[in-house]
Amino acid sequence: MIRVVLPPPLRLLARTGPEITVDVSGPVTQRSVLDAVEHRYPMLKGTLRDHDTQRRRPLVRFFACEEDISNDAPDAPLPNEVAAGKEPLLVIGAIAGG
Amino acid sequence: MSDVRVLVGTKKGAFILTADGKRKSWDISGPHFAGWEIYHLKGSPADSNRIYVSQSNGWFGQVLPRSDDGGKSWTTVNNKFTYDGIAGTHAWYDGSPHPWEFKRVWHLEPSLGDPDTVYAGVEDAAIFCSTDGGQNWAELSGLRKHDTGPKWQPGAGGLCLHTILIDPTNPQRMFVAISAAGAFRTENGGGTWKPINRGLHSQYIPDPSAEVGHCVHRLAMHRSRPNTLFMQKHWDVMRTDNAGDQWTEVSGNLPTDFGFVIDVNTNEPETIYVVPIKSDSEHYVHDGKLRVFRSRTGGNEWEALTRGLPQKDCYVNVLRDAMSVDSLDPCGIYFGTSGGQVYASADDGDSWTAIVHDLPPVLSVEVQTLS
Repeated sequence: MIRVVLPPPLRLLARTGPEITVDVSGPVTQRSVLDAVEHRYPMLKGTLRDHDTQRRRPLVRFFACEEDISNDAPDAPLPNEVAAGKEPLLVIGAIAGG
Repeated sequence: MSDVRVLVGTKKGAFILTADGKRKSWDISGPHFAGWEIYHLKGSPADSNRIYVSQSNGWFGQVLPRSDDGGKSWTTVNNKFTYDGIAGTHAWYDGSPHPWEFKRVWHLEPSLGDPDTVYAGVEDAAIFCSTDGGQNWAELSGLRKHDTGPKWQPGAGGLCLHTILIDPTNPQRMFVAISAAGAFRTENGGGTWKPINRGLHSQYIPDPSAEVGHCVHRLAMHRSRPNTLFMQKHWDVMRTDNAGDQWTEVSGNLPTDFGFVIDVNTNEPETIYVVPIKSDSEHYVHDGKLRVFRSRTGGNEWEALTRGLPQKDCYVNVLRDAMSVDSLDPCGIYFGTSGGQVYASADDGDSWTAIVHDLPPVLSVEVQTLS
């Protein structure tokens, strides 16, 4: 079970609380976790990454275990603590504007 | 008696204002989609409970909610807008080629007869259509692929397709407007398009009378006269009586002919409304006075409507999609400001009242007349 913390605008969209959980079979990576998030919450498709290119949207950031992993490769393993469900993957809207 | 429902899109959510046909006492609901920019929301003429919404923000992009119960609940439909084929390039502000990139939906225009059919005008400029209530979108790419497409340049707000008008007598014929490319017409349901900008004169482009490049801010049509269109251009108020083949300036005695909104009285096809804005660099009303100008002669002769509107120290703007008219008699006119006020007139514009004073900046106003 992977824990994912969503920013407030996406909680509103997905009608969830701050933290959601998803199951991932196979390697736990940004791509596999986001695939699972979008599968469970299809209304989030296109809000985290581009529909066609699957690239992270420019003002979306991913943090885990107090590290910014936004620019890690989509198929790079997430930290063991995230894969074990001890720490969440944080989805953050970058600070921009007021 | 009919009720009215005013749909207000703002920088930080949507609001729904409802009243009976007297239009005196209003109920306010919202914010819906709190915190998100709501560029536009519009109800289907064929089913007033069906409302489409353009919800977006700079972080998480475009979302497209839909209501089937008049705004009581919302379902998120498909937000995938993919250009048909190789997108290619348009012209950037400096004239250099720039890739076509989807940014947001500016305007949603439901079909007049089918609640599941809806058109979306987007930035970078293109028109999309869904025939299944927003579950799937397909570009009507004959517009973007027009020979002039590579020459289209963005206006200050981006290269946006912001106006879609459907001919009530012939749904195959539609008109769109793009900032800053101009107006276009299709006669075959969006398959092919023709620029309709003859008679426009824009000093900010190298050839002021060019086929494209005009910053058209808004078009309006009366449902009984689909060959007559009114236009608020960047500067100049214009009209055509031959479906855009030739435009004539009707700015007349306006204090300034820069502005964004223009609309037509439901019961009087030659009665039109604009809100003059001081200039393209000073986006607020002229002389610190919020005045709607009305022409009962289809242009040229204008009168200032001021009763109930602030007449000193007012520096708000009224954006292009932020005026609408209801279908009652006398006609109700509604507009929203960058200061968060939504004003309503229930007497053809003779007098005005603020329904709400303190919303976030208003991006769009649409009204539904509910029988």
